[in-house]
Amino acid sequence: MRWYWIDRYIEFESGRYAKAVKAISAAEEHLHDHFPDYPMIPNTLVIEGIAQTGGLLVCEHGQFTEKVVLAKISKARFYCEAVPGDLLTYTTTIDQIDKNGAMVSATSYKGEQLHAEVQIMFAHLADDQVSQTLFEPESYIRMMRMLGAFDVGHSADGGPLVEPPAC
Amino acid sequence: MPTKEEIFEKIQTALIDALGVDDDEVTPEATLVGDLGAESIDFLDIVFRLEKSFEIKIPRGELFPEDILTDGQYVQDGKVTEVGLEELRKRMPFANLDEFAKNPAVQDFGSLLTVADMCRFVEGKVEVTG
Repeated sequence: MRWYWIDRYIEFESGRYAKAVKAISAAEEHLHDHFPDYPMIPNTLVIEGIAQTGGLLVCEHGQFTEKVVLAKISKARFYCEAVPGDLLTYTTTIDQIDKNGAMVSATSYKGEQLHAEVQIMFAHLADDQVSQTLFEPESYIRMMRMLGAFDVGHSADGGPLVEPPAC
Repeated sequence: MPTKEEIFEKIQTALIDALGVDDDEVTPEATLVGDLGAESIDFLDIVFRLEKSFEIKIPRGELFPEDILTDGQYVQDGKVTEVGLEELRKRMPFANLDEFAKNPAVQDFGSLLTVADMCRFVEGKVEVTG
């Protein structure tokens, strides 16, 4: 099983916001383990998808040089469940970002219906706090490439989002 | 320019949102760690909220100078030295360190900061009316 909790980016503006979609399928095994005979995506995995959407946004802002970790979920409010057949749209916006970390606000919509509101804090780890191999820029760039971020993305000045060189 | 009451109210809101506590728990005397349950990662959250709310910048270590506590120059046998205490007083003029100075164990430092200290810290960064 691959730890991808979004399917594709549909919008990405460097340093500002990113939007991604997640299609819920009955073929996903974990949907069936939450409540017997009532498949739904666990809210924790929605948060993980939102964290991936916003986490890569934060990573890209730092040109993949920072070691970005999900440090805290400051808020998570769910208004309904998401079941097989639903398409969730996660919109993540950077509220604040500096050398210590970033605060990201997010929504999840199920069509026109507000599904969840989440606020996540990311921290930038110091070099001596963690193994370098856990934070190889190439793995994040590959993930962004696979999820289409460079196909739909824009830089802060409106130009196309470009992969960093020599990664 | 905010009044002292407005500063307190904004700090109260920041702490309610960051720590998930009730408004009546956020009294001036409440300590962030001991009474409100703040953990180390919450300080970054609190700093972000204060920066946004008051439109100020708070450099790392200014509100909570943790670097002193890991510096061998200022800590011996788990206690902050006299030189360390002097440095803390210099870096934290908004906090009352008298009680901590009686037995300055590093492990107790986290329980030192109160809501009133944070109000004084912010008052020092913004112009206050009234």
